Order: sequence, then structure tokens, then C-alpha cells
Amino acid sequence: MQKKTLVQLVAAALVAMAFAAPASAADTIKLGVAGPHTGDLAPYGMPSKEAAEMVVAEINAKGGVNGKQVELMIADDQCKPEIATNVATKLVSEGVNIVIGHVCSGATKAAMGIYKGAKIIAISPSATNPPLTKGGEYPNFYRTIAADDDQAMLAASFATDKLNAKKIAILHDKGDYGKGFADFCKEAIEKGGKAKVVMYEGIQPGAMDYSAVIQKLRSEGADLLIFGGYHPEASKLLSLMNKKKIKVPFIGPDGLKGDGFLKIAGKDAEGVYATGPMDVSKFPINMKARSDYKAKYGKEPGTFFDQAYAATLAALNAVKVAGGTDYDALGKALRSSMVETTVGKIKFDAKGDAEGVGFSVYQVKSGAFAEVK
Amino acid sequence: MDFQYLFELLCGGVVKGSIYALIALGYTMVYGIIQLINFAHGEVYMIGAFVAFIVAGILTLTGYSGLTVLVLAAVVALIYAAAYGYTLEKIAYRPLRNAPRLSPLISAIGASIFLMNYVQLAQTPDFLPFPELVADFEFMEPIARYVSSVDLVILIVTTVTMIALTVLIKYTRIGKAMRATQQDMVMARLVGVNVDRVISATFIIGSVLAAIAGVLIASRTGQINSAIGFMAGLKAFTAAVLGGIGNIPGAVLGGLVLGIAETLGAGYISSAYEDVFAFGLLVLILILRPAGLLGKAVKQKV
Repeated sequence: MQKKTLVQLVAAALVAMAFAAPASAADTIKLGVAGPHTGDLAPYGMPSKEAAEMVVAEINAKGGVNGKQVELMIADDQCKPEIATNVATKLVSEGVNIVIGHVCSGATKAAMGIYKGAKIIAISPSATNPPLTKGGEYPNFYRTIAADDDQAMLAASFATDKLNAKKIAILHDKGDYGKGFADFCKEAIEKGGKAKVVMYEGIQPGAMDYSAVIQKLRSEGADLLIFGGYHPEASKLLSLMNKKKIKVPFIGPDGLKGDGFLKIAGKDAEGVYATGPMDVSKFPINMKARSDYKAKYGKEPGTFFDQAYAATLAALNAVKVAGGTDYDALGKALRSSMVETTVGKIKFDAKGDAEGVGFSVYQVKSGAFAEVK
Repeated sequence: MDFQYLFELLCGGVVKGSIYALIALGYTMVYGIIQLINFAHGEVYMIGAFVAFIVAGILTLTGYSGLTVLVLAAVVALIYAAAYGYTLEKIAYRPLRNAPRLSPLISAIGASIFLMNYVQLAQTPDFLPFPELVADFEFMEPIARYVSSVDLVILIVTTVTMIALTVLIKYTRIGKAMRATQQDMVMARLVGVNVDRVISATFIIGSVLAAIAGVLIASRTGQINSAIGFMAGLKAFTAAVLGGIGNIPGAVLGGLVLGIAETLGAGYISSAYEDVFAFGLLVLILILRPAGLLGKAVKQKV
């Protein structure tokens, strides 16, 4: 019985809050924050929510934007497209002005249609699926993170222009992430026309042995290997290549750029290239945001914290520049007004991608990744 | 036709196949004696690699050279794996010796899941870097593109192990007892063979072979984690069935055929379909020869 009364109490409180919220929100800027806050993928959504809360608390303490307080509307989509559409509908019906989110590409895509109909702008800190901006379907979509194909294009141009590779082999682990990277690389190299893709193949993740594919690499005469996948397979390939005396440059995606790879591959990692997000820790706002976070939560901020912090700053800056929350004025402000953020000084291009946000190439030198200038 | 490329692929296939064969022997020996598919066999392989990893980590600190460490680590790994094999049989299979055949099979799957998760919890779910214990031999330099130093060690160890196993089964008392138990367990017991001890010995030998394979392949790929046993076990099981399960030369032949088929398929067609070649071959052989390559079709005893 006691359990039941508790549930009833909570339910009553929630209902009361739901009624109370719109009443008190007479003249505020309503900033929606949508992403996974519960479930498996919550670690990808919580840092964004915390970043938005921090920015909003700071701005409200300084008197808000254009004299109005900013009100947060937190919405949990669990990264599920079907929940994302419900959440988006709810935010719209409650009169949200601008949304930070969503976090996962699939959920974002599902929600964007609803925001588009309601003429509401959404800025995602993390949805990297290329067509979201490049497809042109969602003029109300912006993001503060680089698209998936950006790093593949960087890897491809680095291989052909900097390393002067002529015959490139591309391997991938058949997963969405690895194959996606490999496909974009192949496309970019073929479009560039400076080198030939002599081999394009999937490998079996978790297999004991890749010697056949490595022998093939040699017999095709490849002078560079691009691998789409994660560090266990990459280090297995590298180890076998060293044992079979095949020495060609190796380029991987950001899945490699981490301590996991350095630890497992050991000395085989030396000289390997990997693309990875640009180093943003040097920006003063980033340093401040991170130290504020550590002071508040006692740990390092999680994934997409920087991007969400930047998205919130960009959104509120746009509201300030536009002098209100009118859809066209906000869009113009986002595309024209430069703003200092945690990922650098950014504005958005016509498609909605942040300019000046992107990837760099790193190389392993004496056991650590160093940026290749 | 590029014969050099073909030769490179064949060498790779033989190395891979002999590893499959080592693990497949454990499956086939156990099946031959108690008609049980020991699904936890792949996990014993994994545990062998883990024990060797830990021992090698400690020994490397003391400053021994690579091959000494490999041998010492392997010996400890074998003892551990043997103990696991023995215990596994005692706990998971012996109480079900007279149960319907499905029960020990389920027990085996359970034991497999248990061991995998146990290592994951007690050690780590992450990949670990296995030290490179076989240094590059200088005399291997000219042919390293076909057979690397660690491949050579694998081939030698596998061959020696298989010869030793053949001698053990053909010429020793325990080998004779094993063959007797395989033919007829009740009759063997009647003539004074300690069947329980024979079965324990079978598990111990099979586990030792799996651990040898685990140590060898880990020092070749340079990494281990708690899930490596699953795929290795599945492939070795395929090899055992391919050659005719319960038949010892069949397991070796099955392993080699599987390894070479996979490598040639990956080399000439596409490595994306490597597993398709392995399991496709299994289907094909089972259609043409349901008892496997060397297996004898036995009439069901009613």
C-alpha cells in the first residue's frame, strides 16, 4: 500500500508541475534540450543537458538575454526515433522557441520534421549523419559537430596530397561506423582522381587471422592502407603486417585515436595516422567551462559536452542578435554572427554545418598521438 | 596464374588450419568418448591465453628472454587449463553422465557462458596486449613473407603435439583404455578400465591442446579478451565436424581443409565472406558425406 501512495504522490507532483510550468513562463525564452537522459545511451545525452544547464544558469544570473530569462525544457528521447517524435511534438505544443538537440542521428532525423513544420530551429551537438545538413531537407537544422564524411574526406586528401599515395587499399570491419568511413573515403579518392583504389574489402571482426587479406594487399601493390573500424582489428592488422614485412602507411578514423589503440598495438602503432576531432582544449571558454564543470560535478565532462556548450551559446547569441525568437531572424543570425564558443569561434554555413569545426590528422610518435601540421 | 601469391596464401592457410586442428582435437576426443559436444572448449582456449598473459607479464619483469618466457608461460597455462578441464567435467558433465543427451549439451553451453563472464568480471572485458614472445629469427628473414617466425613456431609445436598425441593414444596404457572406452563403455568397465579416470584424462588432454593453441595464437595476433574463445571454438567445432567428429585424424584434416579454404576464399574472392566459405564448405561436405570427411557412418543403435 505504501508504495502505491508514494507513486500517487509523485504523479500528483508531476501533474502539478506540468500545470505550473506554462503559467509561470509568461515572458521567457524557452530553450528545449532533447536527447537520451535515461537508458543505455544516457552517457551521450547527459553531458549535453548539463552543458545547457550551466550556460543558462550563467546567462540568467547576468540578467538573461535581451532582458528575458531563459527557461529550460528538458526532454528525454532515449535516442529512439519514435520517442523523439513524441518529445518534439510535446516541446512544440508547449511553445518551445529553439531546441538544443537531438543527440542521436536517427532520433534527430525523426524530430526534425516536426520542428520544420512548426518553424523551430534545432542545433544538435552530436548528430553527425551527413544528409541532415547536406541533404537540404531541413533548413531549420544546425550542428556544432562535423559530419561523418568530413573526416573521411580529410583522410582521403591527406593520403593523396600529403603522402602522395597512388594505389590505395581500403579495408573495413563491415560495421556501420567502419564501413561508413571506408565508403566515404573510397568516394572521395575516386572523385579526387589522384589515386586508384586497388582493393576495397570487408574483414571479419574478431577473426583469429587476417593473413590472407594482408597477402592480397601486397600482391595488389598497394602503397597505402585506409582502415575503417575500431582498434582491436586495426592492431591485429598492424601486427600481422609487421610480421609479414609489409610497410605501408596506415590511416584510420577517430575510433583509433585513443589510449586503447596505443596500449594494444604497442610498438606496431608507431607511425600510424588517425583522423580525430580538432583539439579544442586551447580555447579560453572551453577551459573555463571544463573547470566550472569539474568544480560542480567533481569529474571530467562527458561526450559532446563541448559541442552542446557551444550549441547553447550559439543559440542564445542568435536570440540576442535577432532581438527575439522569429524563425527567419534567428536563422540569419546563426549564419552571420560569429560567436566565441567552446569549440572555437563559429558561425554556420548555408546548410547548417558549423564553420571552423572539424578534424585534424594525428600520427603516433614515440607512443603518443601528435597533430600533423 | 600468380604462383607466388598462391603459395603465400597456402602457407597462411596451413598455419591457420593447424591452429583449428589443435582446438578441434579436444572437441573430437571428448565427442568420441562420451558423445558430448563440449561447448566450453573454446573458453578453455581463452583461459589458456589469459593465464599465459598473466604469467608472461610477471616473467617479463624479471628479465628473461622471449622464448623462455613463452615456454614457462605456456607450461603454467597448460596446468591451469588442465585443471579447468578436469573440474569442468566433474562439475558440469559427470552428474549428467546418464541423463538424456540434451542435458549435458545445455550444461556445456551454460559452462561456456559462465566461464566467459567469469573472466570478464574477474579480469576485464577490454582487449589486452599480449606480449610478442617470439622474436624474429634471423634465418627466417628471407622467407618471412611466406612464413613468419611465429608461424614457424606454431607449425613446429602443432606437429610435435599431434605426433605426441598419436603415440599416446596408440602405444600407452591410458591410450588403450581410451580406445576401449570409446568402443564400448560398459564392456570397458567390465574388463577393469576405470572409465571415470579415462574420461577425466580425455578432458585434461583436450584442455591442454586448447591451451597450447590459445598461447600460440595470442602471441601471433598480439591481443586477447574474454570473448576470443567463442569464434575460435565455433571454427574448431566446424573443423571437427568437417573431418568427422570423433575421429582424430579427421579433426586434423578438417582443420587444415577449413584453414586453407578460408584463406584461399579470402585471398581470391573477398575476405568479407571468409565465414561464408567456412560454413558453406561445412554444409556442402555434410550434404555429400554426412559423417564428415573421415567419419564412418554408424548405424543408430536402438
